[in-house]
Amino acid sequence: MQRIGVFVCHCGTNIAGTVDVVAVAKALGQEPGVVFSTEYQYMCSESGQQLMRAAIREHKLTGVVVCSCSPRMHEATFRKAAALEGVNPYMVEIANIREHVSWIHKDMAEATEKAVILGRAAIAKVHLNAPLQAGESPVTKRALVIGGGIAGIQTALDIAEAGFEVDIVEKSPTIGGKMAQLDKTFPTLDCAACILTPKMVDAAQNEKINIFAYSELESVKGYIGNFKAQIRRKARFVDETKCTGCGICTEKCPQKKVPNEFNMGLDNRRAIYIPFAQAVPKVATIDANYCTMMKTGKCGICSKVCGTGAIDYTQKDTVIEREYGAIVVATGFNPIDAKVYNEYGYMDSPDVVTSLELERLMNAAGPTNGTLLRPSDKTHPHTIVFVQCVGSRCDETDERGKPYCSKICCMYTAKHAMLIREKYPDTDVYVFYIDVRTPGKNFDEFYRRAVEQYGVHYIKGQVGKVVEQNGKLHVQASDLLANEQLHIDADLVVLATAIEPDKTARSLGTMLTASMDTNDFFTEAHPKLRPVESPTAGIFLSGVCQGPKDIPETVSQASACAAKVIGVLAKDKLTCNPCVAHSDELLCNGCSSCEKVCPYGAISYSDKEFRGPNRTTLIRRVASVNPAVCQGCGACTVACPSGAMDLKGFSNKQIMAEVDAICK
Amino acid sequence: MQVNEYKPKIVAFCCNWCSYAGADGAGSARLAYPAEVKIIRVPCSCRVNPMFILRAFQRGADGVIIAGCHPGDCHYTSGNYFTRRRMALLFSMLDYLGIERERTRVEWISAAEGAKFSKTMSEFAATVASLGENKRLEDLRCKQ
Repeated sequence: MQRIGVFVCHCGTNIAGTVDVVAVAKALGQEPGVVFSTEYQYMCSESGQQLMRAAIREHKLTGVVVCSCSPRMHEATFRKAAALEGVNPYMVEIANIREHVSWIHKDMAEATEKAVILGRAAIAKVHLNAPLQAGESPVTKRALVIGGGIAGIQTALDIAEAGFEVDIVEKSPTIGGKMAQLDKTFPTLDCAACILTPKMVDAAQNEKINIFAYSELESVKGYIGNFKAQIRRKARFVDETKCTGCGICTEKCPQKKVPNEFNMGLDNRRAIYIPFAQAVPKVATIDANYCTMMKTGKCGICSKVCGTGAIDYTQKDTVIEREYGAIVVATGFNPIDAKVYNEYGYMDSPDVVTSLELERLMNAAGPTNGTLLRPSDKTHPHTIVFVQCVGSRCDETDERGKPYCSKICCMYTAKHAMLIREKYPDTDVYVFYIDVRTPGKNFDEFYRRAVEQYGVHYIKGQVGKVVEQNGKLHVQASDLLANEQLHIDADLVVLATAIEPDKTARSLGTMLTASMDTNDFFTEAHPKLRPVESPTAGIFLSGVCQGPKDIPETVSQASACAAKVIGVLAKDKLTCNPCVAHSDELLCNGCSSCEKVCPYGAISYSDKEFRGPNRTTLIRRVASVNPAVCQGCGACTVACPSGAMDLKGFSNKQIMAEVDAICK
Repeated sequence: MQVNEYKPKIVAFCCNWCSYAGADGAGSARLAYPAEVKIIRVPCSCRVNPMFILRAFQRGADGVIIAGCHPGDCHYTSGNYFTRRRMALLFSMLDYLGIERERTRVEWISAAEGAKFSKTMSEFAATVASLGENKRLEDLRCKQ
């Protein structure tokens, strides 16, 4: 018989406000096996833990039930406290009476009754708990960073700084991501390339960092400390080791009509290209969809002009396999497709552009060499209208947009407006907004400067329609503060399109079994206390893949993420989850049902000798579980027809005892 | 004065990674659902043995709901697909035994869907309450 102690937490008034904690402690004290029951203000506090430890010593407790907040919050805390007194940490159970009781029920009697029932279920479970020993697994001291934008680069640099190897896998031909496309950055107006490209070079030159550009993740297997990843290195048709990045091929290529994705399709590039001057690695890539040689077999000019013989039209994709201890997701974002918002005329007029397109139109390395010209007739726009929240902050009924605030648009629009007024003071700039949101260091000052110093017209209201008329864009909008309809003949309309997670995020999330929210942003393990970890152990989140962020926030999250990764890689051994499946060989009939459902291949079969009747020996085929590979899902326990397979920590008997206690 | 107001007994099996976290989310956001719903934490929805459900009905439960990660999002890759198949079969068998379909349910609730958790549990509790007490499989010997 266990000697169980029950500890009911008040959590200040969080629990005690709606649950009569004294009554709960008293009621649970009557349960069989409970030798001690008390309640305390904050069980998780130092003094709360001391109280618990003293009770364990004094009453020689063998099991502990804590009625407190979610086990996802403080299970580890209480297990540690119990372990310090020599009680196996897996003899501790939590009854969640905060998130599942006090916070959702208002009626005290009802909440108290439910708390008692949940406490009883936990006590019933502890009666059947067995001490478990956590095993150990080795750690591969290398990290994988998926995505080579500013988030991925910063994380990789910080991990490499600590002395660990890092691989960056980037799907496009160069690292740099979205930040490389930006012109200036708010609120300091320093140029994005000037602060980003040195970091790209640092990453390339760091001997601990391997950059796999133009590569994609094929599959990931394993668990924290021991991931195996297959990486597809897409064929560039250029030998990376030979190409010097001189760019002659990109000048001589006769195929000139390929939309330049780096410039948002505002100009064209060749079929063989280097995305931009500071690309890392600076290696040319042949776009097989447009290359005349690849399509017709006739051309080969790039091969002829290449001084180092780097062109190889027969190159094939290669798949490499690498092992990692931790994986960082830094897949970033894309602006949503503005096509769906055709009331703004995006498809009808080239002079309706998105903010990222404007970024390229203003960039010195962009299609217009930094002079702001209308895409249609290459003239200076004199009236520019900015439309905010295109696809952001939409209500549930709007299927085209996103429910969240994209967070960066208010600030980059203020930046655009300011830069335009600075460079072209004869330009009228109108910004139509729902709200201007500028929380952040020096952000509101920046926005006010745009309004007060640069005279940008901020109008609260929404643009209803943009129609092309006689070479002008007729903007129909409402001014909500003046309560009037406005008609503006603009030369250029800029749409602040919402940002969304990269399209690959969803499939990557499935591959990594990392959970995501309804908008395809990766979910963090705890929204406040574990913001850079995924709930899946060994998977970490860096940058916008977790939620909209500006550059300073992305960089700080990237460094935080690196710190967490270093914490894993610095260990020689990791403790495994001891709640794994276990097969009772005497009951196993060797049917293989469990082996078929195991997603990890943790179950194997072997012939074993058993003692039969009359001193005979029987050889039977039985299952055994590799505890280092088993992740403890329990699929096998249900598939097992003979009841031989059971899950430690969540055994059939334990769960049934909980069911009984709840249904009593 | 309230006299013997009928309160159904509902057991909710929630997977640790999605739905239990979703329930925590409902709690953090103070999204109420009926107190009749009592949650049992399991590592994965596929840990739920049909035995547990039979046991619950035997012990007098009026409804059983299993909540797991959305298909494709299972923390263990494929666990919820097993749940889906197993429960489809089990529920049709229970139906045959006279336990109405509405008393059993499988739902996919992610860690971010606290609102869905609360809404689902409220709806389920209301449905079960409208069906009244379940006596089909109840073993009176288990009654105290």
